Amino acid sequence: MATLREIRRRIASIQNIEQVTDAMRVVAAARLRRAQENIVATRPYAEKLNTILGHLISQMDTQEQALTHPLLETREIKHVCIISVSGDRGLCGSFNSNVIRATTERIEHYQESGADVTLICIGRRGQEHFARRGYDITDSYINIFRQLEFQTAVDVVHEFEHLYTDKKIDNVEVVYNNFRSAILQTVLVEQLLPLVPEVPEGDTHFLDYTYEPGQIELFEMLLGKHLNMQMWKVLLDSNAAEQAARMAAMENATQKAKELIDELILQRNRARQTQITTEISEIVSGAAALEG
Amino acid sequence: MLNRSFHLEIRTPEQLIYEGDVTSVYAPGVEGNFQILAGHIPFLTALDVGEIRVRESETPQLMATSGGVFEVLRTGVTVLVETAEWASEIDIERAESARDRAQAQLAANAPDLNRPRAEAALARAQNRIKVASNL
Repeated sequence: MATLREIRRRIASIQNIEQVTDAMRVVAAARLRRAQENIVATRPYAEKLNTILGHLISQMDTQEQALTHPLLETREIKHVCIISVSGDRGLCGSFNSNVIRATTERIEHYQESGADVTLICIGRRGQEHFARRGYDITDSYINIFRQLEFQTAVDVVHEFEHLYTDKKIDNVEVVYNNFRSAILQTVLVEQLLPLVPEVPEGDTHFLDYTYEPGQIELFEMLLGKHLNMQMWKVLLDSNAAEQAARMAAMENATQKAKELIDELILQRNRARQTQITTEISEIVSGAAALEG
Repeated sequence: MLNRSFHLEIRTPEQLIYEGDVTSVYAPGVEGNFQILAGHIPFLTALDVGEIRVRESETPQLMATSGGVFEVLRTGVTVLVETAEWASEIDIERAESARDRAQAQLAANAPDLNRPRAEAALARAQNRIKVASNL
């Protein structure tokens, strides 16, 4: 049985932990709100971009022209680039380990089929994990989530688009935590390149534009923008998912700390009672001895 | 006729930069700068790094952009740009340090230098400085 002093010390230390985890929960909640606002703010742009792309494709002279674009070209898969999006910090439940596990599975999957894999790591956790194990890392982006900027997405896209058009890689996919809701995040694997052509909805009421430069050049440029946008969405999603995961983890930790404190208080009271009883019986027996 | 206005919307992936009725908008097309007035035919073009001028009435408002898409429809004009900054909000010191950094990188010419990226960064920084000084 622990002494009264030991129990008191443990209660104090757990109360400190509880304060810290609760503060972290509040911070994560605030960051989550901001991350969700960012996701909402990007929607009109994405929708408009898709509409324009759809208009353009519906007006293209021949559909084949679109399908010969270098970013749409499907090749035999020999070299793969996987973009692994993790977080920079821990204390967020299984957020990082889920992404790392899913990434490892994809790497093994490609290696079994004879392709070699190179990685682009976003987030310190993933980068450290894969660097320590000697994986081939082309590029890594660390500490980008604190001040998330669209330019980062553009830089990442630039990096792998380049490798793809130079035929150094034949396939690009991204592994990240998808933000479903504040309580549900799932790891997703999405193919970025070759682009999967979406069949646009035919808009028969749409009047043709005049173009400058030509349709093909505009189409190519829009595909690039579309890719930037996809990458941006991945970063926003992963960021929101990380904050949501951390919020849940810290809420759990706070809850556990509270339970532990309750239990320790019970123990403390019991120990105190025992001590008092002992003291009283000592006094009583001492008095009895004097009387006797 | 001269003062007819039309609806203009300027967006970046991060936020709505401008929405309102304007009499003209001037933009840096990839094949040269151009100006749009009310009643223009549907038009789609790509924008280069440069300056956008939005005119509601008399004085135009200036903005630096790093390029994007410019769409004119009967219902109005939509500009989708990857970055856009009002001239009055440009942090010149930051732009200058970005320019110096890009120039230093290009001058050092390290073997792992991503030349197109550094050149693009330099062009963006120079444009921001130029637009801010036009104010």
